[in-house]
Amino acid sequence: MALTRMNKAQRRYVQRVMLFMSGYVLILMGVTAFFRSSHPQGLSAVAAAILPALPIIGVLWAIGRLLVEERDEYLRLQLVRQSLVATAFALTVATVWGFLESFEQVSHVPAYFAAILWFAGLGLGSCVNALSRPREENEGE
Amino acid sequence: MKNRLKLLRAERNWSQGDVAEKLEVSRQSVNAIETGRYDPSLPLAFRIARLFDLPIEMIFIPEQKD
Repeated sequence: MALTRMNKAQRRYVQRVMLFMSGYVLILMGVTAFFRSSHPQGLSAVAAAILPALPIIGVLWAIGRLLVEERDEYLRLQLVRQSLVATAFALTVATVWGFLESFEQVSHVPAYFAAILWFAGLGLGSCVNALSRPREENEGE
Repeated sequence: MKNRLKLLRAERNWSQGDVAEKLEVSRQSVNAIETGRYDPSLPLAFRIARLFDLPIEMIFIPEQKD
């Protein structure tokens, strides 16, 4: 969707996500360099390791804000459906992977992949939404 | 729920975009309501009724159960 066709809530969402993702890239580069150069220990290592998670949490917050700020009830319903599809997808893959890992059939994957799966699930949810409105683009003008 | 939105819109020569603008919703919303894929909330149904200057029951028709 073009930026100009977005409503206010969607524009704010895009701005927030872009801000958080830019922050994520910068923080990840900084933390990686910090660990390579300083080999931190203890509390400083924990604090530094948590830093890249914060912008990801920020993106989740931005999605929550979009749900609150979206005034169009139909678009809000679509976002809810998209989020539910994402949640189901991420939990399903994580559960299956967890058991495969427990029985040593696959290698270990870092837990933050749950967030990556959820974001991928949003894409899947978007496809589900698109399939539910096949006639939309051809009607009504 | 069935509705007469498409007919009422055609009578006034309004596009879905026109109705969306007047109701301050997206065109997708108007399309979804018109094609029966989404039943609007009561507040939105009242706004639609006000826009067409008709009672709600003249626009939305509940599906009859046998």
